[in-house]
Amino acid sequence: MSESSAATHAGHHREGFVKHYFFSLDHKMIGRQFLFTGLFMLVIGGLLAMMVRWQLGYPEEPLPFMGGFSEDFWDGESWWAQTAPFGIVTSEFYNTLFTMHATIMIFFVVMPIMIGGFGNFLVPICIGAKDMAFPTLNMLSYWTFVPGVLLMLLSFFVPGGAAGGGWTSYAPLAAVPDYAGVEGHWGVTLWCISLFIIGFSSLMGSINYITTIINMRAPGMRLFRMPLTIWSLFIVAILLLLALPVLTSALAMMVFDRLFGTNFFIPDGGGEPLLWQHLFWFFGHPEVYVLVLPAMGVTSDVLSTFARKPIFGYRAMVYSMCAIAFLSWVVWGHHMFQSGMDPVLGTAFTLTTMLIAVPSAIKTFNWLGTLWGSSIRFTTAMWFALGFVSLFTIGGLSGIFMASTPVDIFIHDTYYIVAHIHYVVAGIIFGIFAGLYFWFPKMFGRMMSETLGKLHFLLTFVFFNLTFFPMHFLGVGGHMRRIYNPEQYEFLQPWQEMNTFITMMALCLGASQIFFAINFIGSLIWGRRAEDNPWEANTLEWDAPSPPPHGNFLEDPVVYRGAYEYSSPEVEEDWLPQSVYLEPAVAGEEGHD
Amino acid sequence: MLEQLIELMNRLNVNMLNWLPEAASTYAPAIDEVFYIIYIITGLAFLLVTVVMFWCLLRFKARPGRRARYSHGNVALELIWTIVPTIVFLGIFFYSQSTWSIIKYPSEFPESSVQVRVVAKQFAWEFHYPGPDGEFDTEDDKMFDGDMVVPVNQVVGLTLRGSDVIHSFFVPEFRLKQDILPRRDIPAWFNATKTGRFETPCAELCGPGHSGMKGWVNVYSDAEYQAWVAEQWPAPVDTGVEEMGQEDMPQGGVDPMDQEDSGQADTAQ
Ligand code: HEM
Ligand SMILES: [Cu+2]
Ligand SMILES: [Cu+2]
Repeated sequence: MSESSAATHAGHHREGFVKHYFFSLDHKMIGRQFLFTGLFMLVIGGLLAMMVRWQLGYPEEPLPFMGGFSEDFWDGESWWAQTAPFGIVTSEFYNTLFTMHATIMIFFVVMPIMIGGFGNFLVPICIGAKDMAFPTLNMLSYWTFVPGVLLMLLSFFVPGGAAGGGWTSYAPLAAVPDYAGVEGHWGVTLWCISLFIIGFSSLMGSINYITTIINMRAPGMRLFRMPLTIWSLFIVAILLLLALPVLTSALAMMVFDRLFGTNFFIPDGGGEPLLWQHLFWFFGHPEVYVLVLPAMGVTSDVLSTFARKPIFGYRAMVYSMCAIAFLSWVVWGHHMFQSGMDPVLGTAFTLTTMLIAVPSAIKTFNWLGTLWGSSIRFTTAMWFALGFVSLFTIGGLSGIFMASTPVDIFIHDTYYIVAHIHYVVAGIIFGIFAGLYFWFPKMFGRMMSETLGKLHFLLTFVFFNLTFFPMHFLGVGGHMRRIYNPEQYEFLQPWQEMNTFITMMALCLGASQIFFAINFIGSLIWGRRAEDNPWEANTLEWDAPSPPPHGNFLEDPVVYRGAYEYSSPEVEEDWLPQSVYLEPAVAGEEGHD
Repeated sequence: MLEQLIELMNRLNVNMLNWLPEAASTYAPAIDEVFYIIYIITGLAFLLVTVVMFWCLLRFKARPGRRARYSHGNVALELIWTIVPTIVFLGIFFYSQSTWSIIKYPSEFPESSVQVRVVAKQFAWEFHYPGPDGEFDTEDDKMFDGDMVVPVNQVVGLTLRGSDVIHSFFVPEFRLKQDILPRRDIPAWFNATKTGRFETPCAELCGPGHSGMKGWVNVYSDAEYQAWVAEQWPAPVDTGVEEMGQEDMPQGGVDPMDQEDSGQADTAQ
């Protein structure tokens, strides 16, 4: 299975700087490129969120650090003076802020880091391949992503500013430029074009992952011996392959409505606004599982490794991911209960949504099962994985409220939804951190500081909950989402203090990430050199040198068992790598895969 | 039973649903009940997971000389935690369904005695009344900017009409929310159980003026409502504004306008 195109460039030839760092064909370098791009966008997306929170906590007060600008500056024509006069967030800019925050976090942070970064780095190496099936396509996938990023960032500076119709861009608000109330129609148009472009990037990646996983597994690497991270990425690739064309088509229709006078979504011309919602959520619900499945995979691997115990119910974990993937196609209407869609359909979608919660519950219980009777090593990666489990528990449970149609009547479009989204989607960032602290030694050949890491975890976990948990209360109080100034409503005024509290906690949450930045950058430069297998883990990537050379392995790996043989009675150590051969006498019953 | 549990949660100070705005429509308590049931179920599930997890973290910290249990799972346990959640979730589904259909299925709407057309536009609410003739789009229609007036304890039928972008009609105290689509009429209803003045924000992002797009529902007692109607449509009439409803009046055609009648008598259901 190793006689692939990848083998041809597996040699250790030296490349020029540009070829090595920019136009590399090596899956690991492409993975790092996605990772760094995603981390950069995380900073941008985070700053946007801070401004959103500022406006909610201190409505229409100047942003911090605005005192430094002179009167002349505010009288001037500069972009900032126009966008936020006197440092005050306008309602137009506010809409841009939360729209771009969500768009960036979903499409430019979680997807590139999880799928582009971890996916590229791990898929070949964890299945014992030398590279992706199509290395050039892989490089192209990154370089298709970059113009998408640049366009999205550029859109802040066009007349009228960046898109402000929400990350869901409901028509007709987003389909008819005049309704946006800003002069200049480029914001939403560029938003569409940018997402259109990065859709192709994801498609290229998906085709590559699927082909690689099907064709290029090392000898002995049966599908049911693959680590759950790889399983999750495999399933995600299939979901993306099927879901993205729907979004891409819908985006094209939206651009046609905006620029060329078609009326797909505009009722004045005979179009149907709900068509957009159906198309968007037909993509959108699978998309949320695209985001969360890799985090579940990473969490499973990290938990098992540091619990020194096989993952509980490996097959059930795989099957529940498959069930989630399958059911995710038939739940999209739960985003549209109050949309004017036939309420009878709402009933049907509640049923499917209740069903999709079952595999999520199974996974949570299986994680607990993994911990039971384990022997836990509390590394930073482990803490973040545990953090993910507890946040996902809250996020999954809050989903049940919204899946119940009558309750959703009240909490739809309130801060309850915002709380739910953040427990699941921002919880994924915990999965990302778990993965980063775990694979950093392999990716960069150096160790990160555990002390700083644990400090980072503690602060992030505490401030995360202090920021997002109270949002449930606001939602129960009826606090709408996407409103610029809660003080405009009498019934919300008593809770303004809570908004201010949340804002302070959010600022602390943002500030806590400085410890990560210090640790990450510092360790890249000064970190202790990593051994090949610092965590005493089983999967194939830990057989390769840290960081792995071009072609990954010094000798071609052969796989003898599943990924989770921790504390196996067959060996003295409490780990048993997938590639270690045991004499048949002992290894006779290696049925566990 | 539910009351006791709520009481208990209040005493333990873990009743998040204390944050709910007061319930002021006939179906608000029904929604709150579903809310409470789910809150209790998910709260217990959360407790279970958290306690087990903390126990594991304390109990199973790595110690020299102890080895983790080598186990790949337990079919019986896994069956239990597949089947139990399935049953619970299906139970929540069936339980939710009856409340949902009463509120949102047009076929199950109660007869209404007052009709109001709510028109949403960037960024304001207009409330249209058909006037004494009970017909919309006639001479005696009246439109009120931002303020709706309805009688307490009577079914109010709404026609939600959009004009530009999507809006959403939200009355927190009534637990009513319904998106409004341009060029479409969407029916909705409520029956207010308390007099007062309730804010009606728009709940769906509709542009830069979305925040602050709001109106008021003024729920009047029967007498006040009569007076208001008389003031708005002074001329020759004292016939029922209610009659405008549909061809209906199944409860024997009592004129619900009659101030002597306790408003209760003619509420549907
Ligand atoms: C346990 C299973 C889950 C259930 C039952 C569930 C249910 C729901 C429902 C019913 C809504 C729509 C609520 C409304 O708008 O009124 C919703 C919204 C949402 N969910 Fe979930 N959810 C679950 C898990 C997840 C996961 C795992 C993710 C992401 C990784 C996620 C991400 C989102 C997002 C982003 C939205 C809001 C979209 C928006 O309107 O902007 N959910 N969820
Ligand atoms: Cu969904
Ligand atoms: Cu609005």
